[in-house]
Amino acid sequence: MATETLADGMVQGGAAVGSCLGLDGSAIGMPQLCTDWMPNQIFWLLVALIAIYFFLSRIGLPRIGAVLAERQGTITNDLAAAEEMKLQAVAAERAYVEALERARADANKIVAEAKAEIQKDLDVALAKADAEISAKAAVSEARIADIRAGAVDAVTQVAKDTAKELVAALGGSPDARAVTAAVSARLKG
Amino acid sequence: MAAETGLVFHPMDQFIVKPLFGDGPVMWYTPTNATLWMLLAVLCVVALFVLGTRGRAVIPTRLQSVAEVFYGFIYKMVEDVTGHDGVKYFPWIMTLFLFIFFSNMLALIPTAFAPTSHIAVTAVLGFGVFIAVTVIGFVKNGASFLGMFWMKEAPLFLRPVIAVIEVISYFVRPVSHSIRLAGNITAGHAVVKVFAAFAGIALIAPVSILAITAIYALEVLVAVIQAYVFTILTCVYLKDALHPAH
Repeated sequence: MATETLADGMVQGGAAVGSCLGLDGSAIGMPQLCTDWMPNQIFWLLVALIAIYFFLSRIGLPRIGAVLAERQGTITNDLAAAEEMKLQAVAAERAYVEALERARADANKIVAEAKAEIQKDLDVALAKADAEISAKAAVSEARIADIRAGAVDAVTQVAKDTAKELVAALGGSPDARAVTAAVSARLKG
Repeated sequence: MAAETGLVFHPMDQFIVKPLFGDGPVMWYTPTNATLWMLLAVLCVVALFVLGTRGRAVIPTRLQSVAEVFYGFIYKMVEDVTGHDGVKYFPWIMTLFLFIFFSNMLALIPTAFAPTSHIAVTAVLGFGVFIAVTVIGFVKNGASFLGMFWMKEAPLFLRPVIAVIEVISYFVRPVSHSIRLAGNITAGHAVVKVFAAFAGIALIAPVSILAITAIYALEVLVAVIQAYVFTILTCVYLKDALHPAH
């Protein structure tokens, strides 16, 4: 403001330049109430408003409206796609769980079959082993019986011979048949 | 606004309209500082809403998302207050809001000129809204628009009294509408200037500068709020015109 340097010492409202400015270049009263400037402001205000309206209504607002609509559409589409994918994921999970259960059932079946087979083999082997064991036991028992019989015969013989010798030693004439009968009777008793 | 030695108070000088070029008289077509700051507001709008949205990006750039925030804010306001049939006036209301908003904000730049501090400007805005809304009211509703002033809910003997009060308040609307804006902006800027003058005295300069800072923060708030208030009142008046039955 070129006139500001004159400010000092000026008397307010001395000789007015127009009706709104003092000689010192400062305002008289409120510049807002200066009617000299109003046509200028109103004119430029209308120019500014029309310019803003033009830019907004022709370019800015339709553009933003379109962008917002497009974004809304994109979001809606994406949400729908996400929903679809979610359904797919759920289906896939269900298929997976089913497959898992089937596999588990198969595995159980296989385990049971294997167990049954093993049991069968085991039974056969056990039966065979039992048979062998009983056969061996029978043979052993027979031999034990033989041995026991042999022992009894030997004891009988020894007893008869000893009895005959004893009779002879005591001076009798041993009747072999009588001694044997006596010993046999004794062994039975 | 006496000029004294030492302290120099010219808080109103910032509102003087002067030609941009030369010292001639201010004619209606003369490019003045008012012209400059109004056109800067226009440039801001263009930068934000034309250059900022150039990409038309679904994923917006920073500038575009700012423009979208403005759009969404005012659009929602218009839709909420006036209803669906008010949406076709949205570009006008957006124009008002953006002009006032950017004029207010640009005026906060030191040495700037505040177009919205001038009653000539705000009166054109306020009476423009008033005339537009009245015309819309009569065009949309015919004579039944006058039913707005005739309270059917009130007791019969009170209705004429209420009607007189309603008519007066209706005609006061543009006055309060425009003076509210100009008054707020003028007062804030003048107060900042007064504190700025005190900053010339070394002893109280720190206090003065603190005060300027505080008032400046308040003025930023006022700049936004007054733009908002002007716009929402416009929406309310428009709603009255579109749906005169309360």
